[in-house]
Amino acid sequence: MAMAAAEIERFIKEALPDASVDIRDLAGDGNHYAATVMSAAFKGKSRVQQHQMVYASLKGRMGGELHALALTTSILEN
Amino acid sequence: MTDISKWIDNEVKTNDVVLFMKGTPEMPMCGFSGKATQILNHMGVPFKGINVLDSDEVRQGIKEYTNWPTVPQLYVKGEFVGGSDIMMEMFQSGELKQLLTEKAIA
Repeated sequence: MAMAAAEIERFIKEALPDASVDIRDLAGDGNHYAATVMSAAFKGKSRVQQHQMVYASLKGRMGGELHALALTTSILEN
Repeated sequence: MTDISKWIDNEVKTNDVVLFMKGTPEMPMCGFSGKATQILNHMGVPFKGINVLDSDEVRQGIKEYTNWPTVPQLYVKGEFVGGSDIMMEMFQSGELKQLLTEKAIA
């Protein structure tokens, strides 16, 4: 099973509407991605919490149909 | 707490540094677990590797224990530090070294 980059982006933006999301397909196989997510919602959260917010937006797909998503999060300053 | 959560809880609290991973520290079976192992080895940090591929129960249990969907997962003194992306960021920024120093491990 694989997920399209646009689909990943849609899920993240649904949960974090202000987010700037950049997704790269690392292997060109629709299964190994790297994502950079910037959102003001990360403010005051630890890195672990920020990543948990992104994983939560994917509603259980991470570690399932989405095998690999290297994640970098940062706080979007207004 | 389920039996598997109790077992995980005991492992992370009785070992200073624990890495839940795919494969073993000698032979990681996934690129992310390999990267995590390399970071710890490079820093000369002794750690206990727990191979989640040995047990479906552990593989599922660790995800629920931490509310974190992937392995590897690094624990220092019972506290969840992060997966391989966070480990790499913290290694590069020097925060991982600082954390281990604060916890009197390395």
